[in-house]
Amino acid sequence: MTRRTFVPAAVLAAGSCLFLSAASAAESAEYADIKRQIAALKSDYEGRIATLEQRLAAAERTARAAEAKAAAAEAGATQAAVVAPLPAPAPAASASAFNPAISGVLMGTLGANTRNPDTQHISGFAPAPGTEFAPRGFSLGESELVFAASIDQTLTGQLVLAVAPDDTIAVEEAYVQSSSLPWGFTVKAGRFFSGIGYLNEKHAHAWDFVDAPLPYVALLGTQFGDDGVQLRWVAPTDTFLEFGAEAFRGDAFPAGNGPNHGLGAGSVFVHTGGDIGESASWLAGLSYLQTRASDRETDGDLFSGRDHLAIASLVYKWAPLGNPTVSNLVLNGEYLYDRNEGRFDGLPLRATRDGWYLQGVYQFMPRWRVGFRHDEVDAGDVPASFAGTVLDAAGHTPRRDTALLEFDTSEFARWRLQYTHDDSDARGGDAVQLNYNVTFGPHGAHRF
Amino acid sequence: MRTVIIMLAALLYALPAHAALKVFACEPEWGALATELAGDRVELYVATTGRQDPHQIQARPSLIAKARQADLLVCTGAELEIGWLPMVQRQAGNPRIQPGAPGDFQAASAVRLLEIPTVLDRANGDVHASGNPHFQTDPRNIGLVAAALAQKLAALDAPNGAFYAARARDFATRWNAAIARWAGAAAALKDQPVAVSHHSWTYLFTWLGLREVIALEPKPGVPPSSGYLAQVLATVAAQPVKMVIRAAYEDPKPSEFLAERARIPAVELPFTVGGTDEAIDLFALFDDTIARLTKALAP
Repeated sequence: MTRRTFVPAAVLAAGSCLFLSAASAAESAEYADIKRQIAALKSDYEGRIATLEQRLAAAERTARAAEAKAAAAEAGATQAAVVAPLPAPAPAASASAFNPAISGVLMGTLGANTRNPDTQHISGFAPAPGTEFAPRGFSLGESELVFAASIDQTLTGQLVLAVAPDDTIAVEEAYVQSSSLPWGFTVKAGRFFSGIGYLNEKHAHAWDFVDAPLPYVALLGTQFGDDGVQLRWVAPTDTFLEFGAEAFRGDAFPAGNGPNHGLGAGSVFVHTGGDIGESASWLAGLSYLQTRASDRETDGDLFSGRDHLAIASLVYKWAPLGNPTVSNLVLNGEYLYDRNEGRFDGLPLRATRDGWYLQGVYQFMPRWRVGFRHDEVDAGDVPASFAGTVLDAAGHTPRRDTALLEFDTSEFARWRLQYTHDDSDARGGDAVQLNYNVTFGPHGAHRF
Repeated sequence: MRTVIIMLAALLYALPAHAALKVFACEPEWGALATELAGDRVELYVATTGRQDPHQIQARPSLIAKARQADLLVCTGAELEIGWLPMVQRQAGNPRIQPGAPGDFQAASAVRLLEIPTVLDRANGDVHASGNPHFQTDPRNIGLVAAALAQKLAALDAPNGAFYAARARDFATRWNAAIARWAGAAAALKDQPVAVSHHSWTYLFTWLGLREVIALEPKPGVPPSSGYLAQVLATVAAQPVKMVIRAAYEDPKPSEFLAERARIPAVELPFTVGGTDEAIDLFALFDDTIARLTKALAP
């Protein structure tokens, strides 16, 4: 490079010297002659430079080819058949190169239950949509199709279609999210799972246990997601500190029928977390969700009113030296407190409910995990006018104990055997589920 | 009110002038390289340690908090961090380090990757579509990344550009001398047959001429069953190997099993800076790697 810039510079320098002397002589013929000489000199050098450049390019090409050959030989010598020699960085050939990352999630269960899951219920709670108990026999779980991609330089998008075993397709999530807002802000709009709590934002296939804990089932309809917007801000601190606020349409349980002109639910939450030494990390959260319902229907009953829900959550993960490859432990628990006021089937209702769960999952050797979970909810006391209705728990506290054994054939395929002693209603029962849960295709990274 | 505005304006104006470039290194080798090139002119955070499997890191809250403040990510790329980094980037709300932004430096862009698969199928185990990402085990690749990283540092932090360039030249001189020294010290390793715990040493072996006879994993990332280990023993009986090599973060059990049965040394290599107590920086990483390999070969 230095040499190439030097040559024209020298020509220029020589040229200007000649030009000066020519001007001082002031002889036009001589001047023209000198000009011709300079032009000849210039074209001569230009020609030589071009030749040199061509030779250099040729040499570079040969060198590159030789390098490629050497690399291919190296690669060939060290690796088996599935390896190509250096592929040329070819430009994308077709429009399909812009295809989004598409992945699928499949789940299925073989279950045995001493109770008929269709007649089971959670004492004192109106059955929220999506309330399900351990199935009997073979059953297909929800199959998910996930599409994710960058939309442009400022947005990413994700679409999650959930195909229920009864052949209905639901839009589970469909949102756009900002990727380039400054100062730690992120905005999300569309349909998405709320950032409240810990499990709520995780997709069901990423949960440790096959089903959601009772407080989630009873108070959030398993998972709270709706159409709306979310704003998050991460503080510029070394300890993770994140604030979030959301506004929703209010169609999803515990809201219902998009009241308040389609602004029926809102939430605020704060998450904080960090590491404890090399081996452990934690995440804690406080969330508040307020919802309104207008003639929300649950199994024939209508509710209109408000619901205030607060959630405290804590997650602790441990692995020796922070390396979860061989063994690791995940503990998490959440407490949900709920106040409900309005009219249930026309009768005035004011109720305070709460619930919690605590679970631990331990990987004792590569691919094998065991876990235990206790979950319970308490419907509290209801006015005497509700005696004998679905809201009357008759003194029973719904609770379950669940044990888990998991074997992973890889990080993409989990096989889980789950036993539950289920006292979600006064009759009680036992259930066993054998469940598979797989993802295929380029599936995005999971949350903490 | 006016005082507040003036103070805020002063703060905004003053911030960039004083703040050192904040570097978020995904793996310890890139943290060590950033130290070589930038010394204390940057504020460095290293996301993982040498005892952690870089495939299996989680998008921990602490990583999001650090990524939120970072000006520059220095990561391996080639999908090594696919299981956690995209989530950290998404949650951090920091446009400087989003994929493709000037602050997203991927070391893989500076080197030639080996073992780019022609067939992408998860039935072949944990395959990386862009090629084998463990290229830091060949010091010549670290030299290539150093040159690219020095340019990136200078581009993001122009006032210190000359400083980075000088450090890069100094590093290159010392590094090339060290490579020559290591190659000499490792001459006896050429063409020696070895077994490996995980197929992650391609670049080291290509450099030193070691020959990988078999891996203790039936497929990359799939832990061996006892049946597969028996198969390995049969292979090793027919094709003797000098040692079995594993990275510091890997489960020692399979390699110790083979070492005991085949009466060969099991060698734990640092794999990256901090993988062993000796591997305190990039130079010590290869000093220790070669010392451990040659020691295992000696008896």
